[in-house]
Amino acid sequence: MRFRFTHAAIDTAAARRELIDPGAGGYASFEGWVRDFNEGQQVTHLEYEAFEELALKEGERILAEAAARFPIKHALCIHRVGRLSLSDMAVWVGVSSTHRGEAFDACRLIIDEVKHRLPIWKKEHYRSGDSGWVNCERCAAAPEHRHADAHGHDHDHDHDAA
Amino acid sequence: MSVHAPLRGLVLAGGASGRMKRDKATLLYEGRSQLDRAVELVARHVDQVFVSVRASQGADPARARYPLIVDSVEGRGPIIGIRSASAAHPGNAWLVVACDLPFLSDRALRQLIAERDPAASATAYTSVHDGLPEPLCAIWEPKAAAEIDAFLGRGKDCPRKFLMNHAVRLLEPKDRRALDNVNTPEEYVRASDLIPASSADPTTAPAMQLKIQYFALMREQSGRSEETVETLASTPADLYAELKARHGFTLPREQLKVAVNSEFAAWSRPLAAGDAVVFIPPVAGG
Repeated sequence: MRFRFTHAAIDTAAARRELIDPGAGGYASFEGWVRDFNEGQQVTHLEYEAFEELALKEGERILAEAAARFPIKHALCIHRVGRLSLSDMAVWVGVSSTHRGEAFDACRLIIDEVKHRLPIWKKEHYRSGDSGWVNCERCAAAPEHRHADAHGHDHDHDHDAA
Repeated sequence: MSVHAPLRGLVLAGGASGRMKRDKATLLYEGRSQLDRAVELVARHVDQVFVSVRASQGADPARARYPLIVDSVEGRGPIIGIRSASAAHPGNAWLVVACDLPFLSDRALRQLIAERDPAASATAYTSVHDGLPEPLCAIWEPKAAAEIDAFLGRGKDCPRKFLMNHAVRLLEPKDRRALDNVNTPEEYVRASDLIPASSADPTTAPAMQLKIQYFALMREQSGRSEETVETLASTPADLYAELKARHGFTLPREQLKVAVNSEFAAWSRPLAAGDAVVFIPPVAGG
């Protein structure tokens, strides 16, 4: 089980190879991409920033939780940080397992938890020249739009593809 | 929600020291002048500290080593020092402290900052002696500037009367001795005897150093990626209140999580010297 960060483009072919297992009959992956439009604003590029020391520990915990819940062979998640352009891949999740069902399920669980729990932030830059930290500045101005989840800290309005 | 104006420090050292018959700013306690002690104390709670002086004191070496704000008008007392600070640096709130408060403590300043009401004209303590507001250890908000102008325009200049007649948040001081001031040679002798004892007071927790790292919105609002702070805050909750006031963070604590030594932590977790603290604004990975 591995979670890691990269400052360069995610090499999905190399990542996929890490999941290969003679007992695996299937593999599922998820890619989160930078989208051009969010909350009525035309996005030009993004910056991702992470508190890596804590995110690595929490990321490993998420992968361990997925492995405990579903009978999977291997799971891997790579999150990119730094400046990303439209259609760049921000995050990649891959899971191999004996049968396809648990690979899909574990993949879904991992990406959902990563988005909610890891200390990773995204700044959107807009065509208007404006920019903003997603989930911070809008919610600070309009706290009534918040909706907490079990972790008490969910601001995810599903602003992006991932 | 309201946005706190950034908090700066203002140590008032422009008094005439009439009853003391010598300059109160240079009175020594434990070998250090009152002015130096007051500036150091305030600097532990805000980013920038200025010293308020009269025009004739600007060249005085005890004062000139600090960034000065010179009174715009002579002879109308400390309210002019506060107004001159707002004029020199508009948009800031001011943690105003008179330099003749030898018992003033970190605890007293910390309570003031933690319980500050930015929507009021000022946040101040009530006197333990007469219950009236204490203007010279108080936080004065930006909106007070225009109100002071109107007050001065009516021929008034008593800052205590100003507080009594405006929307002010009043607090009961937890440190009941902090605001005892020293105006006469007899009071100075008595205070000098008490000061070493006060340093050893076991109810006064020692300040400790913490390492704070900032990310994303908090990094931008504080203007730094990390800093080492000297603080009396004993929990992340107290620490956030202090740093929110100092850096003008817009996010309420309820929207944040906190990590201590790279693990998620409770807001009430006791902090120890050397702890590394990170405030985590709403996340948006993926």
